[in-house]
Amino acid sequence: MATAAQEMDRPRKGRSNIQRSETLAGLAFISPWFIGFLIFTAGPMVISLALSVSDYDVIHPPQFSGLANYQQLLTDPRIGLSLGNSFYYALLHVPLSIIMALVLAMILHRVGKAAGFFRTAFYLPTITPAVAVGTLFLWLLNPRVGLVNKGLALFGIVGPGWTTDPTWIKPGIILMSLWSVGGTVILLLAALQGVPEQLYEAANIDGASGWTQFTKITVPLISGTLFFVLIVNTIGSLQIFTEVYTMYFGKQQSGAASSSGLFYNIYLFRQAFEFLHMGYASAMAWLLFVIILILTAIQLRVSRRWVYYEGS
Amino acid sequence: MQFSKWLKPVAVASTAALALLVFAAPGMAQDATPEATSDMGMMMMEAPAPNTDLSGELNFMGFGLGDEIATTRVDYAQAQLPNVTLHFSEGGFDAQQFLTAFASGNPPDIVYISQQTLGTYAANDTFMPLDQCIADQDIDMSQYRDVAVNQVTINGSVYGIPEFYNSLMLIINTKALDDAGLTLDDVDTSDWNHLAELNQQLTVGNGNSLTRMGFDAKLPEFLPLWVRANGGQMLSDDGKTAMLNSPEVVQALEFAVSIYDEQGGFAAMKAFRDTWDFFGSNNQVPADQIGFWPMEQWYMNVLAGVSPDAPVAFKPFTDKDGNPISYVTGSAWAIPVGSKNPEAACAFAKAMTSVNAWVAAAEARAEKRAADGSINTGVFTGNRLADEAIFGGGIVAPIDNQAFQQGVDVILSLQDHGFAMPANPAGTEFQQIWQDAVNRVLNGEQTAQESLDQAQQEAQTALDAAWGQSS
Repeated sequence: MATAAQEMDRPRKGRSNIQRSETLAGLAFISPWFIGFLIFTAGPMVISLALSVSDYDVIHPPQFSGLANYQQLLTDPRIGLSLGNSFYYALLHVPLSIIMALVLAMILHRVGKAAGFFRTAFYLPTITPAVAVGTLFLWLLNPRVGLVNKGLALFGIVGPGWTTDPTWIKPGIILMSLWSVGGTVILLLAALQGVPEQLYEAANIDGASGWTQFTKITVPLISGTLFFVLIVNTIGSLQIFTEVYTMYFGKQQSGAASSSGLFYNIYLFRQAFEFLHMGYASAMAWLLFVIILILTAIQLRVSRRWVYYEGS
Repeated sequence: MQFSKWLKPVAVASTAALALLVFAAPGMAQDATPEATSDMGMMMMEAPAPNTDLSGELNFMGFGLGDEIATTRVDYAQAQLPNVTLHFSEGGFDAQQFLTAFASGNPPDIVYISQQTLGTYAANDTFMPLDQCIADQDIDMSQYRDVAVNQVTINGSVYGIPEFYNSLMLIINTKALDDAGLTLDDVDTSDWNHLAELNQQLTVGNGNSLTRMGFDAKLPEFLPLWVRANGGQMLSDDGKTAMLNSPEVVQALEFAVSIYDEQGGFAAMKAFRDTWDFFGSNNQVPADQIGFWPMEQWYMNVLAGVSPDAPVAFKPFTDKDGNPISYVTGSAWAIPVGSKNPEAACAFAKAMTSVNAWVAAAEARAEKRAADGSINTGVFTGNRLADEAIFGGGIVAPIDNQAFQQGVDVILSLQDHGFAMPANPAGTEFQQIWQDAVNRVLNGEQTAQESLDQAQQEAQTALDAAWGQSS
């Protein structure tokens, strides 16, 4: 005869079995990603951590070298130079790209019927191969015949040497990067479309100005998306490589950018694949990883003060 | 401590994954078949019997079938190795692609690589020493030019079979000379004060208003030429000691940079130079955008093809004593350690660089140019005997256009006056270090002495580490 406790356990066991089978199904569904993550991300990261404490030229077996690579990071003048260049780029590119994307998204939000065309038009540069973008902008930014300086000349402005003057190399690259804000525009447009129209109607009735509506309604309600693009753009900008390598470091070697355009990932690539210092390049990669980790942690911490999540 | 060998392939992927760098490998593969390319030509010397003992496949890296010079020689090599299947991939030598393939135990069977880059890989045991290959295939190394052979020789062993051989000469816009009331005799690089005056005389405009460069010193890439002209060298003959901050190098760099300063600075000159239609019919010579400059010989072929009527002339670059000098670059065939068919690879390299192959290619070029009605300036190779056969055997007929005939003569006269950077295991890094040093000076970041002092220290550290590893 079943005891009362056993009677009570039956439905619990039933629930437990259902939960277990649901858990197993869930795990099965995410297993392709999880296995891929282990093999292609986590595993290589662990191996590269091991390589970062070794002397490894890809050809010979790695030799344990302790913290020598990390010590070299402290004394290598190009580490500071390339990190400085990457931070310079990130500090200007991230806010500028978000502001520009937000402005374009707000315009698109109001365009109405033509929004579909402009959405596609703004997104097209994002799917243009980075190598093609780099080559294209070498011409657009050419100080003498480029369209950018030709345009400035219409206003009586003598354009700078975007591709030849070391002082203007990084601003030129930032200008180029703004061409590809289409992805951010689409994200912010989706966020804007999720803001309830009634809130604006109520604000209008209360006599709120456009700026007040923007700062008190729009920004708070899309702050989750803004935070997302802030994180993603920061990480992406610190890892800029392809366009700049194409413009100044690949077949198109340009002396003007040898210092001012030496971004961190370009220097990392050179160490790894041109100079065969894979152990040192691994240490460089881990330094960048830690820097990005710290920056992301700070952004997460600060986000509590300005990011609003519906339902939280 | 040694990590297990199995870690190597994962290790390469790991660094790339961590940095989230994704680089696409160059694209399409092509299979070469004997019937896919052109006829062999008629002036072949007696070809050796085909080698039917060798078979299997050969996978290439760095060599494309871009023109008749490539396809004709591949035809010849294929005929010599009828049982070997050749697989080519487009694009030049790709370090990342090669290293990942090598580290994962699946390297290409044979690679086509610049002689300057070869040393780095050879010294790191990536390429096989070819001494056995040379002996087995009975390759006569004396047929190749000494400079080319030296550049692929590390620690006394040959690691590459020399292919192309690029000499360097002055290309002169004679209209610019006429405008300034000068003649070809006035173009003389042995007196640097005179050269500076010549630069001023031929320059039109300055800085952003520059419309004609008087002279282009071709920095950073041709610094070795200026150093040699000044009686110095950048690396010891044994490739072990950097000599980047010697007075000869500092003085050479200061002078070459001053050429740009006189025209408004490197940035303005570069902005101007970037606008040129370099490979087009309105290139910088017919467009009157430059007075004269040192350039590799291949550009003469470009000019002959796109602007045969341009007012152009050619002269040797001379050192301060008036002796012709030429900074030579070139390419070579190398066989990676782990090649699955090294014997066939060696036989292929021999066939591709043989006199017969080059002659066939030169004939194909001559036929094509005749059919096009364009000027044939011939093919210049790393094989001395091939050059003699091509230019002494009537394949390259006398050219009606005197300027280009003179160009061919100048190149031939320079073939034995070439020099190259001594082979060393830090070749790529060493080159990057001195080029960065030049760039710092061009960009006004450092003086020549400061920049070369820094470069000297960096280069010696790189050389010591590389030689230490290779030994």
